Amino acid sequence: MKVTEKDVAYVADLANLELSGEERAGMLRDLNSILDYVDRLNELDTTKVEPMAQVSDRYGVSESQQGSERFAYASREDVVEGLRKSLPQEAALENAPDADGTFFRVPKVIER
Amino acid sequence: MEITQLSIEAARSAVQERKTTAFSLAEAHYAEIQKEDGQIGAFLTLCKERALEQADRIDRMAAEGKPLPPLGGVPVAIKDVMSTRGVRTTAGSKILGKYVPPYDCTAVTRMEAAGAVILGKTNCDEFAMGSSNENSAFHPVRNPHDLGRVPGGSSGGSAAAVAADMAVVALGSDTGGSIRQPASFCGVVGLMPTYGRVSRYGLIAFASSLDHIGPLSKTVKDAAIVLQTIAGRDPMDSTSANVPVPDYVAKLQKPVRGLKLGIAKEYFGDGLDDEVRHAVESAIDKLKSLGCEVVPVSLPHTPYAIPTYYLIATAEASSNLARYDGVRYSYRAPGVKSLSEMYRRSRDEGFGTEVKRRIMLGTYALSAGYYDAYYVKAQKVRTLLTRDFAEAFTKVDAIVTPTSPTAAFRLGEKSNDPLAMYLADIYTVTADLAGIPGISVPCGTTREKLPIGLQILGKHFDEATILGVAHAYEQAS
Repeated sequence: MKVTEKDVAYVADLANLELSGEERAGMLRDLNSILDYVDRLNELDTTKVEPMAQVSDRYGVSESQQGSERFAYASREDVVEGLRKSLPQEAALENAPDADGTFFRVPKVIER
Repeated sequence: MEITQLSIEAARSAVQERKTTAFSLAEAHYAEIQKEDGQIGAFLTLCKERALEQADRIDRMAAEGKPLPPLGGVPVAIKDVMSTRGVRTTAGSKILGKYVPPYDCTAVTRMEAAGAVILGKTNCDEFAMGSSNENSAFHPVRNPHDLGRVPGGSSGGSAAAVAADMAVVALGSDTGGSIRQPASFCGVVGLMPTYGRVSRYGLIAFASSLDHIGPLSKTVKDAAIVLQTIAGRDPMDSTSANVPVPDYVAKLQKPVRGLKLGIAKEYFGDGLDDEVRHAVESAIDKLKSLGCEVVPVSLPHTPYAIPTYYLIATAEASSNLARYDGVRYSYRAPGVKSLSEMYRRSRDEGFGTEVKRRIMLGTYALSAGYYDAYYVKAQKVRTLLTRDFAEAFTKVDAIVTPTSPTAAFRLGEKSNDPLAMYLADIYTVTADLAGIPGISVPCGTTREKLPIGLQILGKHFDEATILGVAHAYEQAS
């Protein structure tokens, strides 16, 4: 077993999840079974392989460009409302579970 | 032919020539939804007012004799992971159960600008995480070919809507196979374009380095028309590529004779159902008879694609889904006393089991002490998988494989075994990891009359070739 009950509790905490006792037992079983399967990646020697985060720096750009130059086409002037108008406050608050017309309202943050 | 069975061009011409109206087309599709969708469950939300307003606009153009845009009056469905202004967008999740976006997804804007009539939003696995559509927080979708079977996932509602003539075409999204696998299960065409070909602005993010938007349609030509409509650079999505968009429809006519098609043994190994193998081999024979040359290629890292995918996709998802905090637009649990309790209980009650499982796996893979062993390791294997394709594409123009190892499975068959469910994507995930385009086109049925899909994978930004091969096969079969 790679993952213990303590690990599940720790990771749930990082992920801001509560998880019931039953869910934790299920996670323990599923994470171990998935990680066992994932272990086959260790059959590959990747010491000299570069990690790849995404594909878009490889295509649609000139080979002569390096680093951030490759994405220069995606930049824009740093101006207010450069691409579209900001949402009106009313629209931005419309989907909030709790708002007072100006702010999002949340339970007390600091415990006294 | 029924009015609900028309292709894009036939529907548009009928409206243009005043043989029917966009209004009647929309109404006919709504009638079909009314009749069929109670048992299929493809739609989560209908937006009739918006649809009929657009239909009216198109009908007035036609009445004035103005040329209609390419999708003028064509009824379409949109997967519920794409934002629609004023129309509820849930991503199949309880946590967004009441979310009404204040803006439109770029792909949706482009479809409507091209004259499409949006009928409604289609059901999907929660946050597009699943291969059977059983992970929808609302209800599962059933396969129109056999109501006891799944339509595939995660774009199961989009595939079923098109298969059951409830929409002419639909938009879906593909992160590990979510357009192609349901297209295969439902007997329709499904195209995942190259990474960056179509803007994702307004798409609810699952795994940002893997998410793609693309069409599900009844014909290859319809897929080409929709791609033409939605492809191209969008300043609102910095990952949308600065690459010119060719005329995909014109290029369908390009002969396939002399094209080199790669066949990789890794896609025909253990686990491939005999009937699927037979159908795909027959399709390959058909392509040979059309003058294509078949060349063996090797994609040796294929067996490592699923573990690589499930580490990278879940890591990205754990980060993307952190935004659902119960503050700005998502579900908030009632009666919470502190901020921390609000986050936890809202997420606990708002997310389904598979989403929580993936958040947990992704958080674990990114956590201190495991980051290099899991996340970075997967990123390195992603490089190897991408090199496999780059190497193969020096020898061939496209690669032909089965879309899925089996035809549609039964509801409940894999829902208690996450690993078995993940393996349903074994032939599709690698293309997402490498960012190359892929299309699934129907290639016959099993003895039980369940559709089988042929997958054609292409080079980056070479959708034209895979559309051409799929079109030639479709016309000949």
